[in-house]
Order: sequence, then C-alpha cells, then structure tokens
Amino acid sequence: MGVVVRGGAWRFATPRKSVTDSEGSRGDAVVKRADFFNEMFEQGAVRWPYKGLQGWMGEMPDEFRSLKQAEAEELFRRIGITFAVYGEGGDPERLMPFDMFPRVFAQDEWRRLERGVIQRAKALNAFLADVYARGEIVRAGLVPRDLVYRNEAYEAAVVGFTPPRGVFSHIVGVDLVRTGPDEFFVLEDNCRTPSGVSYMLENREIMMRLFPGLFRENRIAPVDGYSEELRRTLASVAPRKCERDPKIVILTPGAYNSAYYEHSFLANLMGVELVEGQDLFVEGEFVWMRTTEGPRRVDVIYRRIDDAFIDPLCFRPDSMLGVPGLMDVYRSGGVTLASAPGAGVADDKAIYCFVPDMVRFYLGEEPILQNVPTWQCARADDLKYVLENLGELVVKEVHGSGGYGMLVGPKSTREQVENFRKRIEENPGNYIAQPTLALSTCPTFVGEGVAPRHVDLRPYCLVGDRVTLVPGGLTRVAMTEGSLVVNSSQGGGVKDTWVLSE
Amino acid sequence: MILTIAHETVYRYDLPMRGVVQTHRLTPAKCESQSALSWDVTVTANEGARVVPGGGFRDGAGDWVQGCTIIGPATEVVVSVTGQVETRDMAGVLRGHRERIPPEAYLRPTPATVSDVAIHELAQTARAGLDAPLEHAHALARAVQAAVVYTAGVTEAHTTAAETLALGEGVCQDHAHVLIAAARCLDMPARYVSGYLQASEEGSPHEASHAWVEIWVQGLGWVGFDASNGVCTDDRYVRLGSGRDAREAAPIRGIARGPGSEHLDVTVAVELVQQ
Repeated sequence: MGVVVRGGAWRFATPRKSVTDSEGSRGDAVVKRADFFNEMFEQGAVRWPYKGLQGWMGEMPDEFRSLKQAEAEELFRRIGITFAVYGEGGDPERLMPFDMFPRVFAQDEWRRLERGVIQRAKALNAFLADVYARGEIVRAGLVPRDLVYRNEAYEAAVVGFTPPRGVFSHIVGVDLVRTGPDEFFVLEDNCRTPSGVSYMLENREIMMRLFPGLFRENRIAPVDGYSEELRRTLASVAPRKCERDPKIVILTPGAYNSAYYEHSFLANLMGVELVEGQDLFVEGEFVWMRTTEGPRRVDVIYRRIDDAFIDPLCFRPDSMLGVPGLMDVYRSGGVTLASAPGAGVADDKAIYCFVPDMVRFYLGEEPILQNVPTWQCARADDLKYVLENLGELVVKEVHGSGGYGMLVGPKSTREQVENFRKRIEENPGNYIAQPTLALSTCPTFVGEGVAPRHVDLRPYCLVGDRVTLVPGGLTRVAMTEGSLVVNSSQGGGVKDTWVLSE
Repeated sequence: MILTIAHETVYRYDLPMRGVVQTHRLTPAKCESQSALSWDVTVTANEGARVVPGGGFRDGAGDWVQGCTIIGPATEVVVSVTGQVETRDMAGVLRGHRERIPPEAYLRPTPATVSDVAIHELAQTARAGLDAPLEHAHALARAVQAAVVYTAGVTEAHTTAAETLALGEGVCQDHAHVLIAAARCLDMPARYVSGYLQASEEGSPHEASHAWVEIWVQGLGWVGFDASNGVCTDDRYVRLGSGRDAREAAPIRGIARGPGSEHLDVTVAVELVQQ
C-alpha cells in the first residue's frame, strides 16, 4: 500500500507490505485493496486501450530501446526543458527523466474524467465568484466562515469585483490518482498558476519524433491544440474597457524562476510577448508594455507571479517583480489578470474537503470525481478515528505545505507516531488525515525491460467563455521499483499521456 | 456640524523622476455620520510633467479608490483636497455604509499589527471582569491610551504595534496599530481608519489629519474608537478610508520611479463652519 501526500511538493509515497485492517467506511474503497491496479494488465490479459502497445513493447530490442532513450534525452536537453515542477526546489537545470512507455486512456475512460474535471473547475470558479461577492455558500452554513474569510489566500482587495465572465481561475490543474478501473481520486486542485503543461506538449512532440509509426497505428487524440485554446480562453476574458482584439502577454518573474522555460515556451506557442514587471507600466486607466515602437496597451495578463508580488502599491511593497498600480487598473476594468488575485482560496487544503459540496451547491449535480477521504480532526468523531488509526494514516497540518508538519503513519517509527499524537491532541483543529492510497501502475521501461511503476495525472482545464479540457495531461511516474514517489525530486519521471480517439 | 476641509500634500523630488503612480483614498464615503456637500481632489505637477487620471472604483470596504499617474520629468506633485462635509454624531457607530468585506477578513494581522505577549496581556487584562463586547472594546481603547503616551517624533511610519507598546509612546497611527492588534487578540475584527479631525479648543492631543480604529462589535457593527483622544468618533470626525493597517488605509499611496529622493509636506486645515 502507499501513502499519498498533498502539499507544496507534489507528493510522495512509500511501499508497505501489510494491508491495513482499518474499518473506516470512507477509507474502504482505497485502503482495503490488496493489489495495485495495473493499467495495462488485468488478470493476465491486456486491457484493450493498451492492445496497440503490446506488440510494440515486445518487438523492441534492447539496443534499439537504449538508442531511442538516448535520442529522447538529447532532444530534451537541446530544447532546454529542464525545470522543476511545482516549486519542488532542487537543481533547476536537472533533466526530468522521460519514460517512453505511454500511459493510455480509452475514450470512454477519458470522457468520464473530462466531465469530472470540467465539473470541478466550474464549481471552483463558482465558489470564488461567490466568496468575493455575497458568500451564499457560507451563509448556507456549508463552508465555515473562518475557513474562507480568515484564510491567508482570501484577498480582501478584490472583494466586490467580478472579473470578466465571472472567471477567477482560468487554468485549473486537477491532480488525480487512480486506484481501480473506475476509481479516480482528486488529490488537490491548483487554481492559481498550475505548471507542467509544457511537459504534456513536449512529451507528445518527442514521442512523435521517436516513434512516428505508433501515431499511424493508433488513433491518438492530439494535444497540440492546447496553446491555441489557451490563447482563445485568455482573449475571451478581455476586460470591460477593451473594445478591440485583446493584447495578451505572459508575465514571468524572470529567468531565475524554475518554470521560466514553460513561460517562454507558452508565449512562443501562443505568439504573445513574454514580459517581466519592468516591461510593463501603468498610465492612466491602462497597463502598457514598453516596445521599441513605443508603448502598447496590454489587455490580458497571464501572470505567473504570486498575488503578493504583482503590485507593490497594493500588496508587498518590497516586490520588484510586479507593476505598481496594476490592481487599480484591474479593479477599474482596464486589464484582466489570469488567474484573478485571490483565486488561491479555492485550492486551499482546508477548502479542498468542501469541493464536493460546492459541486452540489452551485451546479446541482453529484460530483463525478471523488475527493480522497479526509478526516478533519476538528470533528470529534473524526479525531477519534484518526487517533485510533494513526499508524495507517497520513496526517497534515491544515495550513502546512511542502511536507512540513506532517505525519506519514506507515513510514514513521512508534516514537514519531506517539509524538505526533500529542500534537494532534493539543490542537486538533490544526490537522486533517487521509488514508494511504494504492496508486495504479503503468508499464515503464526499466533497466531489465518493462515493469509496472506507479503513476498519477494532472490534466489542465481551461475556463473562459467555455470550459475545455485538452485530451491529455501530465503523467508522472515513480521510476524506482515499488516506490509511490512520483515527485521529481524523489526520482519521479514523466510520460506521454494518450487518449484514444476510438 | 458642517466642516470645511483643506488638505494639501506636496511631493518634491531633488532629482526629476521618470514617473509617479499613486492610489488615492481621498473621498469621504457616504454614511449616516457624514455626507459631502462639496468635494474636490486636484492633482497638479511641475511644468513639463503630465498628470493622467487613472481608473476609479469603490472597493470592498466601501471606499472610493482613484488611481493617478504622473508622467515625468516630475520634480513636484501637489495633491489638493478641498470640500465641505456635513457630519452627525452617531456615537461612533458606522451606519448606512455600503461595504462587502466580511468582518472576519480583518482578523488577519499585517506586519505592523502583529501582536506579541505584551499586547496579549494588555488585551486580557483590559477585558477581565467585563461581559459585553462593546465594554471590551471600550476597555481596550482606554488601556491603549493609558499604555501609550501621545508623543510626536518618537516613532516612524514603520513602527509596529509591538514596538510602540514597548516604547510606551507614539502618535495616532501607533495608538491605532496597538488597538487593532489588541482587539484581534480578543478575536474582535478591527481596522485602521484614516480621515480628518476638527481641532477642539481644550488642547487635548489631536491632529487635523488623523487616524483611529473601528472595532467590529457583535450586534452593533463597526464602531469608531479614537485611542489618542479617549473617545468614540463623533461629528468632529470625517472618515476617508480604511484598511488593516496604516499602509492599507493611507489616503495617498505612491511609488515614484527615478533616482531622486522625496520630500513630503502635508498641511491640513479643518474648520467648523456651522455647529
């Protein structure tokens, strides 16, 4: 069994031999599964989405494979895609291991995922529009007031402002794991500026170069429409005062940012300028970009800078990355910021538990994708369960991130568990707990040939005048045998993700 | 009361600046305690510089926010406010003021309003033996007034609440920061209010350009407390803008681009026209 950890770093997990005997009803679906779901082989037979890869896999001689692997690495190195995903730190120049064995979804599997992700993205945006206006979901008593309004990500400076089309989070990254043929769980939502989409695009590009035959033999839905769909989405949320074809730019913190490659990659694909704060300035009611031909007005800014840094006049006065006066222009309808400042309150760990309620409240639908069952220690019943099963659970601080202040029960010594028990008892409201999850596996090239390795998935949902999802996403894979650690700093790699058209 | 206000802020730069960006919270909000009869904000700059008005909007706290940019070379920028406001004594209670930010959002500290052990102790001592939230708020304001003696020139713009209390001296901004931090210790939302105060004849400490605190009192809403003068706000007070601390509530926030250093002159006159 494995442990899945949400937080600043993507996640990690460790293998465990025994199957837990926990009785928690919410945990049953995931905790009691003795075996990991293998996405290619089910009871010895090949699941049909992978049929097209069976022959390819079997026919590949070792020498050919190492040749192709070396070619892939050379390609990645040449294009310079070397950034760390999700601010994990580590060497920004390090190459992410690329596994050539694709991860495949059948069309019907994908349709369900797609509906689930789109539903979630809509609900998260409805929640944001609501908590910055009348707060109906809070008034209805479904989400505790303090959790929203005292949240660090709740931005009072945008209260009362409705961004174009009511969209706050224009790119929603939803992190998913699979535990069975029809069982998907959302680990976390990313409503601010989810990164990694350049891997989705580059992985495909490289696979097509390495194995053009595969793309003739299999009907694989293309993902290269993403950049145009992103551009279209951003154009569809032009500000109130824009009466022309909107000018779009990407605002980056600069070349030292770990995702700078992605910023320049997307700007290039969309055909828009990549700018830093110093390239923009506010004059009168608008934001302008310095160019060699004089100032040009900017209408939509896809910003890859955190809220706190985008405007030193409104937020952190010491920020050198932002544009002074930007928030005044934004609030008076002169420019659109994507994502909207304050969008982070929707992807907070404590708010995560309420996303299924949001789906029901705003959309009147049942959630298609499930949350990982979460016990909130603030509730007496949950606390009792958590304390009784501490050795089996992952316990996290509500506001912690980056894996700090966290207990991974199955991986901890008795002493560590007992120490943590005291901390929970002292301040239960500060902790949530989740069961260990059995991540699915996908065949992966390893030294000895092909072997199952654990994977997860991050699709990227675009929200503008319509809500769309490119058929694909970023699959991350734990390259070490038995490991559930898909985090790149822990030896995780990436795969091309296929959605079959038929 | 009818009060006439003349408020002039002059920025001088020893070297010409390429540009200046400002955010103004210089317009009195309409509420039951005040209503502007006339109001005018004018921005002028030296010859050769150009003033471009920015976008304006009402923010979630109900304040009118107006952007303003000055295209250099700027050596002098003058922001003049003149107007007449009719005020009513509402015993500090803010009523009829349109705002959207939930009170809980004011429970989060800013760097200037983080509380320390001393502020916690001050708050707990002040509250002891009292039941009603309104009594707590009054007790806090009295405690802050007693703990921080009004003294000009001992603190700076960046002095924090904890530093002020340790020093035991300060001006209205410092009183306000300590009171906000203390109120939050009791889980009472509190915010900084900037505005004008009509000078009283008794010679109690005051400044025409003034700052005080609003504390959220369950059942009453926001109530204004002036810890510098030991009173709740009345018809001598004109409210301009609010925020979680002095920086957020500043009537003028600005950033100038360029090599020069800034010299600031502020003159405020508040005159009683009609009792």
